[in-house]
Amino acid sequence: MSVPKMSASKSGQSMVTESIRSQIDENLKRAYHEVLTEEVPDRFKELLAQLRAKEAGQ
Amino acid sequence: MTRPSPAVDPREALPGLLPNLRAFAIGLSRNVATADDLVQETILKAWSNMDKFDPATNLEAWLFTILRNTYYSALRKTRREVQDSDGTFAATLYEKPAHDGRLAYGDFQRAFDQLSAEHREVLLLVGALGYSCEEAATTMGVATGTVKSRASRARKRLAELMHLKDGEDVLSGADGATAAVISRSVIVAA
Repeated sequence: MSVPKMSASKSGQSMVTESIRSQIDENLKRAYHEVLTEEVPDRFKELLAQLRAKEAGQ
Repeated sequence: MTRPSPAVDPREALPGLLPNLRAFAIGLSRNVATADDLVQETILKAWSNMDKFDPATNLEAWLFTILRNTYYSALRKTRREVQDSDGTFAATLYEKPAHDGRLAYGDFQRAFDQLSAEHREVLLLVGALGYSCEEAATTMGVATGTVKSRASRARKRLAELMHLKDGEDVLSGADGATAAVISRSVIVAA
């Protein structure tokens, strides 16, 4: 399960270093979390309520 | 009361997953209008196909699969991917600029917006959500090895777009436009 530590290689061709990788992932998590905690537009809750009501009415 | 009833109707879990769906849609499409249409379509498809969902599996991943398939088939029809970005993912995400030597957040967001949809997708699943390569492979309908190599290429591409090289300070490359955007981010965040 361990991720091989990338040395700060001269080649730098194949992969990013472990440091850059973890910074990228940290930013990805932060970015995702920002959007995740936004208020969801009411239209989606309303849509689900409509679907539920329609099914109950059948 | 304790009879072994079938698992709770997964439909009941949909409201709680709306933020996740929307965040994934915005990250994938980088356009709020597109993302909200995707979420709507995903809800409708999920609702009418819920009998096909295996309750032993991850509902979020199942919904993501519907959403990304919907997105890609729309992309194939319109071929509007590049023009579609309104920079929303980035705009939503403006926050404090880096002040501690880490990646500048604004640079990161712009670079993320420039990635291909496939690269954004794999980074969202594996990087942001912490999906295992196996889970991501199932969600994306590709082989596990493909997820690994795609994630690796996506991170490399992202680093290139940020002009990140080992030991290089990302802010040192900031030009006027970048500086302007970063300062805007300060205002927005304030």
